[in-house]
Amino acid sequence: MEFESDMAHPEGAYFTRDRNGWHPKPCDPGYKTSVLRSPSRPLVALDSTLSELTGPVFGHDQLGPLDDDLTLNFARPGHTPVGPRIIVHGRVLDENGRPVPGALVEVWQANAGGRYRHRKESYLAPLDPDFGGCGRCITDEAGWYRFRTIQPGPYPWPNGPNDWRPAHIHFSLFGHGFGQRLITQMYFEGDPLIWKCPIVNTIPDRAAVERLIAPLDLRNAIPMDALAYRFDIVLRGRRSTLFENRMEGL
Amino acid sequence: MSRLRHDLPNDLNGYFKETPSQTAGPYVHIGLTPNFSGIEGVYPEDLGRAVFDPGAQGERVTIRGCVRDGAGTPVRDALVEIWQADAAGLHAGIGEPRGVADGAFGGFGRAAADGDTGEWLFETLRPGRVPFKDGRLMAPHVTFWIVARGINIGLHTRMYFPDEASANAEDPVLARIDPPARAETLIAAQEGPGVYRFDIRLQGERETVFFDI
Repeated sequence: MEFESDMAHPEGAYFTRDRNGWHPKPCDPGYKTSVLRSPSRPLVALDSTLSELTGPVFGHDQLGPLDDDLTLNFARPGHTPVGPRIIVHGRVLDENGRPVPGALVEVWQANAGGRYRHRKESYLAPLDPDFGGCGRCITDEAGWYRFRTIQPGPYPWPNGPNDWRPAHIHFSLFGHGFGQRLITQMYFEGDPLIWKCPIVNTIPDRAAVERLIAPLDLRNAIPMDALAYRFDIVLRGRRSTLFENRMEGL
Repeated sequence: MSRLRHDLPNDLNGYFKETPSQTAGPYVHIGLTPNFSGIEGVYPEDLGRAVFDPGAQGERVTIRGCVRDGAGTPVRDALVEIWQADAAGLHAGIGEPRGVADGAFGGFGRAAADGDTGEWLFETLRPGRVPFKDGRLMAPHVTFWIVARGINIGLHTRMYFPDEASANAEDPVLARIDPPARAETLIAAQEGPGVYRFDIRLQGERETVFFDI
């Protein structure tokens, strides 16, 4: 699959990731598991090569009709899951502000009671027989994506003696190159648990955290059906190559 | 181009900042390998199970390994993805300017570590050589991306083949690793004909080289 935006702008290496206060610290004692799972040596800087500038392409033919509807894709016939019905939508752009069409967006989340459908999950809140918790879609030509789901609940987790995760949806993004690969979490506007969460607080910059908080989007709510939240996502951009091809002998 | 929401901050040059990463958490399998995690019937099969289709050209190889934390403990909730060129050194998908890859070759793989042992495995093909940005050929390699609970931003690394010594010796990426002995952490061990072991150490004495690409 070719995208017009790529053809119109010959592009070079990715912009450097901002690991100095914008992305989370790899090792943060407040999030205990990160202590033994973070590299202790500096990363080796590498200008992107074709191995990172290329990436897999995903087609709509690989998706099922209910993949983007978590209220239906696991539910028994005639049933829907418990919980506030919501639409989560937004655009995927790159750091140059251009839409990223054809991006694969995969999501996963707990149910309305804060319980994940996972064999290693032990929280006492019940499973919902009509909720699996996974969904996926591909962005359209303007970079838009859209899911229907239920609002997940907050839940306790074993970190500090009394740590709770704010309600959140996990997002995984494939853009156009393997070097753009990103996993993040979306939080909900107004949740008081956000600023108390050790995982949120691995991100030093408050403005960076705010980028993960989806505001209520009442205009796009479906009356008598579902509220809407808006979550825009920015993937890494690439340098212009205009000045990168040096003339022979220079 | 239509405008972003006005409150999405951009800088003085008009660039937008990348969305910050967050850990994949312990339940990443629900989203990325739901069938593996026991959620069946939503997707017919997990994405990235097959790196190539049966008709693909090239030498079949098995790559397996384990991600270990700073205490040497297997990371049993790790999710590992690979991306690589086909046997001729061409990438499928987007962004390959040099030609069209083998139509039976996808090049993308995704594997969840075994929940008890932490072992993961890919059946793939030996990749061909891909040029570095200056045109020199890199040695055959497989690009890895690792996420797990406790990893706050996904880790990029590469696996090289132990039986490609002359290509490895002139690889421009391996050559820039300092101290040079650390480059050995990127070279798999040969376990048998076509079977390679690539253990990834997140931290500690033989910590794997990870890249800021």
